[in-house]
Amino acid sequence: MKKLNDWIIVLSLSTLLILRILYVLRCTGKPLRRSSQQALKTLIVLGSGGHTAEMLNLVAVLHRDRFYPRCYVAAATDNMSLQKARVLEESYSYETNVGKMVEAAQFMQIYRSREVGQSYFTSIGTTIFAMLHALWMTFIIRPDMVLCNGPGTCIPICVAAFLFKVVGIRWMSIVYVESIARVRKLSLSGLLLYKFHLADQFFVQWPQLQKSYSKAHYVGCLM
Amino acid sequence: MDIIVDKKGKRVSPDQFSQGMGEAHGDVLAKKTVFVTVGTTCFDALVQAVDSQLLKAELLRRGYTNLLIQLGRGSYIPSKSAGEDGSLTVDYFSFSPSIADHMRSASLVISHAGSGSIFETLRLGKPLIVVVNTALMDNHQSELAEELAERKHLLCAYPDTLYETIQNMDLDTLVPYPPSNPMAVAKLMNKFFGFPED
Repeated sequence: MKKLNDWIIVLSLSTLLILRILYVLRCTGKPLRRSSQQALKTLIVLGSGGHTAEMLNLVAVLHRDRFYPRCYVAAATDNMSLQKARVLEESYSYETNVGKMVEAAQFMQIYRSREVGQSYFTSIGTTIFAMLHALWMTFIIRPDMVLCNGPGTCIPICVAAFLFKVVGIRWMSIVYVESIARVRKLSLSGLLLYKFHLADQFFVQWPQLQKSYSKAHYVGCLM
Repeated sequence: MDIIVDKKGKRVSPDQFSQGMGEAHGDVLAKKTVFVTVGTTCFDALVQAVDSQLLKAELLRRGYTNLLIQLGRGSYIPSKSAGEDGSLTVDYFSFSPSIADHMRSASLVISHAGSGSIFETLRLGKPLIVVVNTALMDNHQSELAEELAERKHLLCAYPDTLYETIQNMDLDTLVPYPPSNPMAVAKLMNKFFGFPED
């Protein structure tokens, strides 16, 4: 009898979880009905190299008081990206008043799930570690929005953001801009976010891509 | 007498080249540099291709005087040349914080297919030949180079077709790359998050 009760509890809990996931997936991509013009805490994932350059071109034209504060995250092995973001943020604080940058922008590093050339076997362990780190960081930052454009560094963070949506801790919208380097096919990160319906807004930079992936928005080139 | 090289680095015609480039003032007045960059990658096939005598002779014939190669993490070391008796001056280095300066002073850039290098060169308005690394496993890089070549913003080549590409190139047919448009994403984001339009 007791065993049957346990089964009923497990069954109903998993049903609830599935219903909740379905509900979150349904809400994903719907515009937020927010009451006020509250600023959105923004987590910006810098993907290194060309990805970072594209992202900072975008961040440079975002409304500074609406997407505020901004928290930049880059891979621990990437020395350049946070420095470039810092230069951008410093140019803002010079315009207003020096010292305000400390509140407006934060800079953090995250472990990557897989380095270029790493074997697939060892990447199982590093992926789990990166996932835990991403969960922890996303929990500390608790952003309203995650802004990313690949490569793989952003996937654990997006998964973490989705889990927080499901659990109900916070609704973290995911905005993904596919890299300009992708003309005909989505990147693996882009494909995962698109297929699993994780991104609330999905942008591509070439018209050919928009034709193949109709839910994406074509926005022209960021570079 | 001056040979004017406009800021897009358009080549002087071979005629102008042979008339204007007396040994006495050639290197001072009309230094025309070809800058080769592989970024942070290892791309020996490209360095090897530009190191060929045939290719260097073709560059010289087209009026270029200097060849500067950024080697990155590659292990192939090209031959240096001080450019005596009218040959091409060849120099190289592995990494440098002033890549942008080298690009700015170049008349022609030959680059690997990384999007960073591509757009940096296009923004400077320099003629660009992108060489796709065929040895890379996940070769999505060729997509971007081919698309931009189709739109005539650059020339796209492979290590073994680079010589041919230089032989047949007409830099006057290249079209300047249009300004980027990050505002389009920003506008859609504003709309999605319920911010008023500016």
